[in-house]
Amino acid sequence: MLSNYLLSWIVFTPMIGFVLVLLMPRDRVSWIRWTAAVFTFVPMVLSFYMYGTMDMSFAGFQFVEKYSWITAFNIQYYLGVDGISAPMVILTGLLSFLSVFASWNIDRAHKAYFSLYLLLVTAMFGVFLSLDFFLFYIFWELMLFPMYFLIGIWGGPRREYAAIKFFLYTLAGSVLMLVVMLAFYFNSTDPATGRHTFDIVMLMDQANQGLFIKQFWIRLAMYVALFIGFAIKVPVFPFHTWLPDAHVEAPTAISVILAGVLLKMGAYGLMRISYPLLPDMATYTAAGLAVLGLINIVYGALVAMAQTDFKKMIAYSSVSHMGFVMLGLASMTFIGFNGALMQMFNHGIITGMLFLLVGVIYDRAHHRDLNGFGGIATYMPVYAGLTSLAFMGSLGLPGLSGFVGEVLVFLGTFKVYPVIVIISATGVIFTAGYFLWAYQRVFLGPANEKYRGIARINGRELFTLVPLALIAIFFGVYPVPFFNLVGASLTKLLMMVGH
Amino acid sequence: MTILPITLTDYLILSGALFSIGVFGVLTRKNAIAVLMGVELMLNAANINLVAFSKFTGPGVDGQVFALFSIVIAAAEVAVALAIVISIYRVTRTIDLDKEDTLKG
Amino acid sequence: MYPFIEQYVWLVPLLPLLGAAVNLLAGSRLPRHAVSTIAVGSISASFVLTVIAYLHIVSLPADHRQFIDTAYTWIGLGGFKVGLSFLVDPLSVVMGMIVSGVSSVIHLYSVGYMHDDRRYSRYFGFLNLFAFAMLLLVLSDSILLMFVGWEGVGLCSYLLIGFWFEKIENARAGMKAFVVNRIGDFGFIVGFLLLFTAIGIRTGTWSLDFGAIQSAVGLVPTAVLTTVGIMLFVGATGKSAQIPLYVWLPDAMAGPTPVSALIHAATMVTAGVYMVARMNFLYALAPDALRVIAIVGALTAFFAATIGLVQNDIKRVLAYSTVSQLGYMFIGVGVGAFSAGIFHLMTHAFFKALLFLGSGSVIHAMSGEQDIRKMGGLSKKLPITTATFVIASLAIMGVPGFAGFFSKDDILYNAYTSPYGGTFVWLLGVLAAVLTGFYMTRLVVLTFYGSSRMDPHTAEHVHESPKTMTIPLIVLAILSAIGGYIGMPEAFGVRNVFAGFLGPVFASGVRLPEGSVPLEWALMGVSVLAAFSGIGLAYYFYAVDTELPAALAEKYNTAFRPAYTGMYVDEFYSKYIVGGVMGLKDLLALFDSHIIDGAVNGTARLGRRLSDFEGAFDRIVVDGAVNAVGNGIVSAGGVLRRLQTGLVQNYLIFAIIGMAILLSFVLL
Repeated sequence: MLSNYLLSWIVFTPMIGFVLVLLMPRDRVSWIRWTAAVFTFVPMVLSFYMYGTMDMSFAGFQFVEKYSWITAFNIQYYLGVDGISAPMVILTGLLSFLSVFASWNIDRAHKAYFSLYLLLVTAMFGVFLSLDFFLFYIFWELMLFPMYFLIGIWGGPRREYAAIKFFLYTLAGSVLMLVVMLAFYFNSTDPATGRHTFDIVMLMDQANQGLFIKQFWIRLAMYVALFIGFAIKVPVFPFHTWLPDAHVEAPTAISVILAGVLLKMGAYGLMRISYPLLPDMATYTAAGLAVLGLINIVYGALVAMAQTDFKKMIAYSSVSHMGFVMLGLASMTFIGFNGALMQMFNHGIITGMLFLLVGVIYDRAHHRDLNGFGGIATYMPVYAGLTSLAFMGSLGLPGLSGFVGEVLVFLGTFKVYPVIVIISATGVIFTAGYFLWAYQRVFLGPANEKYRGIARINGRELFTLVPLALIAIFFGVYPVPFFNLVGASLTKLLMMVGH
Repeated sequence: MTILPITLTDYLILSGALFSIGVFGVLTRKNAIAVLMGVELMLNAANINLVAFSKFTGPGVDGQVFALFSIVIAAAEVAVALAIVISIYRVTRTIDLDKEDTLKG
Repeated sequence: MYPFIEQYVWLVPLLPLLGAAVNLLAGSRLPRHAVSTIAVGSISASFVLTVIAYLHIVSLPADHRQFIDTAYTWIGLGGFKVGLSFLVDPLSVVMGMIVSGVSSVIHLYSVGYMHDDRRYSRYFGFLNLFAFAMLLLVLSDSILLMFVGWEGVGLCSYLLIGFWFEKIENARAGMKAFVVNRIGDFGFIVGFLLLFTAIGIRTGTWSLDFGAIQSAVGLVPTAVLTTVGIMLFVGATGKSAQIPLYVWLPDAMAGPTPVSALIHAATMVTAGVYMVARMNFLYALAPDALRVIAIVGALTAFFAATIGLVQNDIKRVLAYSTVSQLGYMFIGVGVGAFSAGIFHLMTHAFFKALLFLGSGSVIHAMSGEQDIRKMGGLSKKLPITTATFVIASLAIMGVPGFAGFFSKDDILYNAYTSPYGGTFVWLLGVLAAVLTGFYMTRLVVLTFYGSSRMDPHTAEHVHESPKTMTIPLIVLAILSAIGGYIGMPEAFGVRNVFAGFLGPVFASGVRLPEGSVPLEWALMGVSVLAAFSGIGLAYYFYAVDTELPAALAEKYNTAFRPAYTGMYVDEFYSKYIVGGVMGLKDLLALFDSHIIDGAVNGTARLGRRLSDFEGAFDRIVVDGAVNAVGNGIVSAGGVLRRLQTGLVQNYLIFAIIGMAILLSFVLL
């Protein structure tokens, strides 16, 4: 019973929470908070259950739910999970639950905040689980709406600018995606009924049989348009400038979701839609993707080094880290793909942790200027320890999960693009540079008298940070479960793109 | 001197004259009371017509009954009209109709 | 002899890791003696296990002295597998014993030295972590796992050099160590990526295990192997402080003194030498890479020694001497004499640990003073420290009979005879030996002998260190004195036990020419002479004619000043390399915020302009038409409304006129 509708439960449990929160009186703040906690906890547990009961040797989609929805256009309600989406679903479950606790000190309009938050969670699960392009698109757009308000209302001083920038940027991307989606639709035929279809699995099959649009230039244009749509989300240089602004202005929990989940959707879109649906174009443009990955890695790291805002630095570090994902995807090798997917997961965990950590210090000091601290490690030793762990994870220290992803990307890609990999590898130096420099400025040196009485990290904050830290260590030491989960699906993806 | 019989035409001339005087009064008088008087003249001109036609067109008293009815209505009308005049006076402190131009566009 | 160890090698690195975990997570709630017991106990247990592994291995026949213990599969991707596997062979077991043994001694010493530090448990946690990382490095069975330890020691050096982070200089030194190491790691990464790929596309086996590499390396062209060898060596220059990446090591003494001992002797800096020795089968096929290593090693040995001549900080002298001695080790492995390099690594571990711990004892006694110009005559007050320090100095200078003599001699002999070495490398090595004799004698004389130059307040407090500190000194002094006898040269008519034991590991390595006994005696004579000339000169300068050095320094100021400041290398790096990166990052940040984001905002502004224009069009043309109709009606109304006088009588007049007109139509 549960497993028949498991994915629907995952997607719509937060939606139930959303309705309940709307029904609550606005001054019952703790009811609202705990409702949000419960209704994100349940999908998290369900996603763990999904992981536990998945057949990992099977490359296709599992827990499939397929119903006709809008029959006039042959649109389906079609959910399913495979090795590529499963880690993303688990990541979403985990981060959305922990972020509720990072939202605990939201100080106004709790009801609106948590209801929008729950809506956002539903949309995120929906994106990762839909197998109908139209449904995917709906969830993709649905995500935008709560995000806009969450940044625009509860954000920092320049929140409106940031929210509008985020909104317009993403919308520009989705318009391109919409056009491509319709192009796929009108060029597809459902073999059973002869009608057009949005069914991604069916579209994959047709792409495999070469039934799609014959003209090279149209396919290329479709691929590029789709790529830009996804690239904005990743974000790929030069479409990345919405990210630092959105991150800096967004409240802590939203930064975590933004970095941890939303950025993954771009790369996920490439793996779920671009690659299987236009495999020849994916191969044709792979070198370009690798170059963009290189630019992201090195450029992101150098620009991060120049930042004085703690959050902005981490935002640019995300740009740098997502470069590894693209490099791995461009490699078209099994090792590279594994590295890319691992890097996506790790980035969610580690960068999520970094944003939570910034939130901790921001709540106390009310600023994020890297030069405005000094010697914080004297006052907050546990916090300093967790931050150093997260920094080390982020700069790819072996033994933590970040390293596994990065080194696999390098190992997988070197065969194909040796020069690009060598230049990218200089990123390890710059990354170490900016993280350690930031650490030194904030935590080391003589203790700043101004922060003498600063409160130590509290239990709620530890509750959000420690699970992420443990995951980062666990997958650094024993990443095999991850590879078992994704292996079969990545092999299939690799076959689809013809390697 | 023969006294000429009074014919229907004579009544009608009287009634016409009376009606015209009434119209003239209604249209030209500034005083609302005077306008009301004009209206009374016009009504009574009509009454004369009714009675006259009743007399000259065969048996029956239908015309006279109508005239009586009309007189009663006229009495009621005067009462209402005077009440309106009084209430206008209360609001505007005048019954000069040239000043009552609130309908002016 | 102890076959059980074949399944329990993983305990060797695991024990210090557990010790680190306990001390870092719960140490602040434990009493101090529990903290130090856990730390010293875990590393000592590792040492015992390593010794058992050694005993087991020697009990096996010489060509079967190797086993692999796989704990589990770390990364498994279809054909590509990296196990958490530990390789035990003569090389790794020797390294394991050096690392865990010297670390144990340093741990013990730290118990006394760090007794009053308020972050006691954290210190021991980091120290254990350091030992863990180094043991992982030496025991690993694949390059990738080795890289884990490789980076791990980098991290621990960062944590420990910057241990007293309240002083920003210490924090900076830690950061410098990590970042410079990362530059080396970049080379290391490129090296193993290239090797991995080169082997993979030729054999179809995608692996980073040493065994797999060794069996496939012959298929790879020499040019590729040379590149791989040099790139891996770039990693080694970072970790083992060679030109051009040695700059972090002199600053690394910012950490507590036992940490310096650990970094300079047992862990960290030896990693590069070990790596080259471990990859001997690769370097055997890449002679050009070996020549590069030998020359860089020789240059470093000489160059660092010249800087060491004039330093006044006791630890800084030792730091430059480490750089110089590491140069010797690279001469050794670079000319293909891998066992000689490892031999010197071992003897150096003994005497350098001793020198640092001895200097720690001096600094401890001097209440933190590190300037040798303010010491002098300490031998009376610190008898044990002085005696052990002198033994270590004799060993490092290569005085016959002490450990350093045998190992240094082995290296210089091979440097002269090996096809990858030659006279140039040998000569630099001999000159460095002269300089070593000089600066060590200077250090000993200025610190322990002559008249006291201490300020009276400090002098009152000078005292010998507690037993936990002196016992390690004595242990290390014994090793420094006799540790060399296991590797006596064949010219003495005995078997070189050390080289014989390591032999199987390097069997596939470089073939060196047969030894010639007279030549060996001659070269030995030259190096002994070199050492003694340095010693004699320094003795004359600092014990006999004590005015002379100051006068010379005065006279040849221009020659001395660069040496004081480390030849301006740091200044050069910070100006051109760090400055370059800093400039680049600022430039890119401006590019990002002005050009890229400028373009985005420009697009937005363009959009707004466009909408302003459209708004105007809307207002003027579209709305204009609508309004024109409205306005026409309004003005017509303005005219017509005059009819509406508001006077009922007028309306009646109109009605009557109208009626009259209608009637006139009807009637006329």
